[in-house]
Amino acid sequence: MTSPSLLEVTHVRRAFPRSAGEELLVLDDVNLTLKQGEIVGLLGRSGSGKSTLLRLIAGLAQPQGGSLTYMGAPIEGPAQGVAMVFQGFALFPWLTVLENVELGLEALGLPQKEIRARALAAIDLIGLDGYESAYPRELSGGMRQRVGFARAVVVHPNILLMDEPFSALDVLTAENLRTDLVELWGNGKLPIKGIILVTHNIEEAVLMCDRVLLFSSNPGRVSSEIKIDLPQPRDRTSPQFEHYVDQIYVEMTARRVERLREQQARANAGIEMPLVHVSPNQIAGLIEALAAAPYDGKADLPDVAYEQELEVDELFPVAEAMQLLRLAEIEGGDIRLTHMGKRFADADLNERKEIFSRSLMSNVPLAAHIRRVLDERASHSAPKTRFLDELENHMAEDAAEDSLKTVVSWARFGELFSYDDDAALFSLENPT
Amino acid sequence: MKILPPVSIEARRLLPSRWDLLAAILVLGFIVAFADASRFLVHPLSSITGHDLTLNLSDLPGYALRTALRMLIAMGVSLVFTFTYATWAAKNPRAGSLLVPLLDILQSVPILSFLSVTIVWFLSLSPGRVLGAELACVFTIFTGQAWNMAFSFYQSLRTVPEELTEAGRMFGLSSWARFWRIEAPFATPPLIWNMMMSMSGGWFFVTISEAISVGKTNIALPGIGSWIAVAIAQKNLPAIFEAIGAMLVVILIYDQLLFRPLVAWADRFRISSEPSDDVPESWALQMYRRSRLLDLMTAPFEQMMRWSYRLRPASFGLKGVTRDVDSRVANILWYAILSLLGAYGAYRIYEFGHANLTWGDAATAVGLGFITLIRVLVLIALASLIWTPIGIYVGLRPKLTAIVQPVAQFLAAFPANILFPLVVSVIVIFELNPDIWLSPLMVLGTQWYILFNVIAGASTMPKELRDASDNFGVRGWLWWKRVALPAVFPYYVTGAITASGGSWNASIVAEVASWGTRTLRAHGLGAYIADAVTSGDFRKVVLGTAVMSFFVVVVNRILWRPLYWYAERKFRMT
Repeated sequence: MTSPSLLEVTHVRRAFPRSAGEELLVLDDVNLTLKQGEIVGLLGRSGSGKSTLLRLIAGLAQPQGGSLTYMGAPIEGPAQGVAMVFQGFALFPWLTVLENVELGLEALGLPQKEIRARALAAIDLIGLDGYESAYPRELSGGMRQRVGFARAVVVHPNILLMDEPFSALDVLTAENLRTDLVELWGNGKLPIKGIILVTHNIEEAVLMCDRVLLFSSNPGRVSSEIKIDLPQPRDRTSPQFEHYVDQIYVEMTARRVERLREQQARANAGIEMPLVHVSPNQIAGLIEALAAAPYDGKADLPDVAYEQELEVDELFPVAEAMQLLRLAEIEGGDIRLTHMGKRFADADLNERKEIFSRSLMSNVPLAAHIRRVLDERASHSAPKTRFLDELENHMAEDAAEDSLKTVVSWARFGELFSYDDDAALFSLENPT
Repeated sequence: MKILPPVSIEARRLLPSRWDLLAAILVLGFIVAFADASRFLVHPLSSITGHDLTLNLSDLPGYALRTALRMLIAMGVSLVFTFTYATWAAKNPRAGSLLVPLLDILQSVPILSFLSVTIVWFLSLSPGRVLGAELACVFTIFTGQAWNMAFSFYQSLRTVPEELTEAGRMFGLSSWARFWRIEAPFATPPLIWNMMMSMSGGWFFVTISEAISVGKTNIALPGIGSWIAVAIAQKNLPAIFEAIGAMLVVILIYDQLLFRPLVAWADRFRISSEPSDDVPESWALQMYRRSRLLDLMTAPFEQMMRWSYRLRPASFGLKGVTRDVDSRVANILWYAILSLLGAYGAYRIYEFGHANLTWGDAATAVGLGFITLIRVLVLIALASLIWTPIGIYVGLRPKLTAIVQPVAQFLAAFPANILFPLVVSVIVIFELNPDIWLSPLMVLGTQWYILFNVIAGASTMPKELRDASDNFGVRGWLWWKRVALPAVFPYYVTGAITASGGSWNASIVAEVASWGTRTLRAHGLGAYIADAVTSGDFRKVVLGTAVMSFFVVVVNRILWRPLYWYAERKFRMT
């Protein structure tokens, strides 16, 4: 049986203009179809363009190439029948719960009576009974997001867009809201034909979605599509569930690690490798955890994420930084401490700093480069702009800032060089 | 709530841009044009008074009421200006690039200069009648209020949270509905705060502009300001005290019936995820809320607004949105008009200067400007030395803060010029040096900004920091240097900026003061402008105004702006 598609996204491309005529490519050749009765998850790391895609679908932004069609017509602005649930709730603080829910109906110009009836029905459905006259600031995060859901559901949208709707909530509240939503959806009680869910939480995607599209970053692309063939309600502890989670972990890490290795292979040549900000403490913390029982130096990434209570978005950058510094190796869905990583785990603080410093010199070209420049200069100091300008030849402005910030925090830990933010000056001197 | 610093302080660039220059030319050109016209407009009736002013105590409430009404009307006009000007500037980047620098220059022009160059024109609108003078008075108050209200509104419109706007668009609100349901509510709390700030300036200028002489034109509109002018001429000290009393009552009523309800009402528009501990309360708001009559009166209006939201059906994207059409033609037209205006303005200024002014005149004015500058800086420094420690002491004690803070705000709202005669009479009696002793008048009304900002800063200092410093035994000078002063520094800077701006304006009134037939005169740019206004010497008015604006803008840019950003970057606790 082929069900008609609600949404067609074909070859979509989105770029932001950068200084000097360059552009930052955020989405490249993205394709997506949403069929009736489906929940499709967009899963990726932050910066992979999944939220940008959602905004294109919502009609809040326009693509530079490709096409988006909703029920057969091109999307050129916010379309009636597409409603969105926002990550930060986006409730109007000066309107009560009821007024917030009624807002979208008022804009449709419905008669007052119908507006009230539908709003109350939606409030009832989402479990907000009794909160009608409360203001958002009086509610807990979970209740606020329920208002967000009610406000979206009340307009009876064909497509519901959800932009990381649970990520601002605590774990228990988020789970409670997820199961409620899945249940309502399963019972067919929601006046909605299809859902697109943006998330960076792998388990959330496996729990809720029929299909998951994995996004790779720089530029954002759909790297693979995974069909979750499990009946609802799903059991997080079932082997099949874990199998899907593992599969996604492997898919998500493999590509990144491969690219990291490539970069590193020709690394010593250049400083153009963007550094993602991870604090030395996070690295040390993960190394210690991995070195200890039950892992003893080798672990399954999903297990680490679960047991260390880390989101994918938090775990991956740390793991990759460890890979970059050759303190660990990522292989498939596993992470394994290297010899150096193990030594780091056993060392005291001074030895750790030394190991870290040496690793920076041999594995992070930017750190080595800055150190070299400082060594060569008679004053042993150099202004920030000296390096920032150089980096900006290779990467976008904010990526350059980020890379510098990262290298400063790493170098401070390794005592490789120091940096004075007030004067924006790199130097070899520490206050004496 | 934070006081908003002037435009040039918020500006990102240190050096003025082409737009700043164009704005300066346009404003100065406007003043020159009016000054030129004023010299040639015939004004047969040179003295305008509503009726003879007497100092009967029974007349005072009536006068106070008239003064209060002028304020209300001016506030209404300022609001209309705010909603249009600021919205235009925020919504249309092309217009904004000029409108915002224009606000900056307008903020720096002394209020009295606006009055002196426009008054003849206003009078010519309705020759021989009081209406023109009333209009001029309202216009003066408007120029004292509108700019910072508009700037506040503009800033708010620019910072509406992206998600709220997107939610509005997703749910199909038209741009008209988005403005009234999202943007205006979001901008309301800061706007009300700035209205209150503006009101303080307003009281100051309403009392001045009620009784003023520009050349041969004498104006005395019935009101508290004129009452004081008469009292000064008659050396009637009791009458001065009566005026002070009346002013206190008027401000109190305004506070209780208008601003407190407004602040309490606007609390719901605050964006904050946490319920606040101290929700502002107002008995008047309770009364308004419970009143059936008010409901009946506002209901049709509310209905109309609701209806208007649907008026333009939201442009749901499927039919194509009208994006900015190719605007190249509009662009060319816009720049052409601006270039012409700028060129014409520059020509008028050149012609005016060439015909009327010598370099010697300019040198005199600039020299006097430096004297006033020194006066402003010294007095701000003195006020800071006094009020910063006191403010910190008060701010760290919640009970004391609850008492002192409203008093400080109230004092800031009180028009200090009403108190001038008290000081001046003392100077006359003791034959003191006016160059020194008139100076404190400049900060008499503005020093309170420093006090209540410092109090606000100290009272928001995190409890943990104070506990920590106690715990480590940080005491004495070390405590002031490392804990208290840095914590209040950003607040102090904002207060000092406001106080300094106000002092420049006050210098025109403070550097020349009279008691009976004696007129005291200090050397300075303020006295220069004041004398030029009184003698109707428009060339000097224009020159003095230009120099003072220049001083204000330059001091803002090279002194306050770096200090402000340094404070925000280094000491602001978020």
